[in-house]
Amino acid sequence: MQTVKMVVTGPFAAGKTSFIRSVSEIDVVSTERKISTEAERIKETTTVAMDFGRITVDDDLVLYLFGTPGQKRFDFMWEILSEGMLGFIVTVDSTRPETFREAKGILQTFRAYAPTPYVVAANKQDMEAAWTVEDLRIALKLDPAVKMLPCVASDRESVKKVLLELLYSILEDMEKK
Amino acid sequence: MAVKGNLRDFSVTQLLNLINLARKTGTLTVEGPNEAAWVSFQAGKLIYAQLGNEDGTLVGILVRTGRITAKQAQVIKSHAGDKSDKELGLLLINAGYLTQQDILAGIRQYIIDIVYRLFTWVDGFFRFDNDVLPPDDRIVMRLDLENIIIEGARRMREWEQLQEELPNLDMALDFIERPGANIRDVNLNVEEWKVVSYINPKNSIRQIMKANKMNELEIRRIVYALIQAGLVEVVRPPGMPLPPQARQVPAVDKRQQSSLVNRLIDRIRSL
Repeated sequence: MQTVKMVVTGPFAAGKTSFIRSVSEIDVVSTERKISTEAERIKETTTVAMDFGRITVDDDLVLYLFGTPGQKRFDFMWEILSEGMLGFIVTVDSTRPETFREAKGILQTFRAYAPTPYVVAANKQDMEAAWTVEDLRIALKLDPAVKMLPCVASDRESVKKVLLELLYSILEDMEKK
Repeated sequence: MAVKGNLRDFSVTQLLNLINLARKTGTLTVEGPNEAAWVSFQAGKLIYAQLGNEDGTLVGILVRTGRITAKQAQVIKSHAGDKSDKELGLLLINAGYLTQQDILAGIRQYIIDIVYRLFTWVDGFFRFDNDVLPPDDRIVMRLDLENIIIEGARRMREWEQLQEELPNLDMALDFIERPGANIRDVNLNVEEWKVVSYINPKNSIRQIMKANKMNELEIRRIVYALIQAGLVEVVRPPGMPLPPQARQVPAVDKRQQSSLVNRLIDRIRSL
């Protein structure tokens, strides 16, 4: 049995856990805890170690999706989770510009861990306050070659599109080498 | 007993507050990441500072703060003999080379710059020795600590932000190629041009900093501004090893890798 993994990362409350839940065939093995600091109390719980989802491809191949903890004090987990990943997805909450800089920092950190393909998922695009994908691209100073995709992490079809785009990028990357 | 500890537990801001409020007299020794600093106080006022092996004599300070050139300093030193800083200062004023204002402003700037630099030190041993003061021949000031603490705290926040933006000075920089953009059309100051002249994927940011005799705060400020303006990007210098954890797709041949990814694509499509 061969296993491959992708990492879903992004700032606190960007929608990483929802993203994995939308496509995982198992109940996501989540390590959520109640939030202890007032500053980050925009939701009730947060991931402290990792989320873990699974998609069985066939008898010989399984894809694991790992979600990183969003709070900065758990960033020691990132490097461990990035080991051997096929590619990664950076989720950004399109409605919270105060997190954009952190998203950019996380993206650069993961790029430094492993030069694997990645895409950026502009989450919560169904909300009125969401920045457009074009504006987000400028705010995050993304290279035009990097795919930035509109996303609603709670919607399976939307998440599938993001995963497929990442896989297409991985395929293109392999063909270039 | 001397006040002592580590900056991890008691920050420079807290230390200066303590010295100010307790109106302490003595010298604070701080062992920073690469060098040590000595800062002296009298009744809670900042009076003197010295950093590492830097020349903290009057001539050294005047060169460092741009009041005199290195060549002028050599001439002064050769004529000064064993005169103290105070005597030398009077000599320079009487000879009309510098005004009293020039000398005092230079010393003030030098002392405050050292203290501001301390704010960026977050780890290191410190000790405050009561009643230990600088040598008698040094020219001392009497500077209120309140404004220095406020400005230092502001710089510390800036430092933290810049460190977050540019965590690794061993990375290199490269120009971003944009159609129609030309670095020559951008208004840069002298310091920024000095940095730009060294930008090359082979030079790490740290090497550029050393070549320009800048400190980490100065180089980070300039590089951050250039990145924000979309002129440069951070790149990995050639030969810089990848982190040992960085492994890519399982090591199989290209056809097998493509087949694996295509199977994943088919499966995701069918979800």
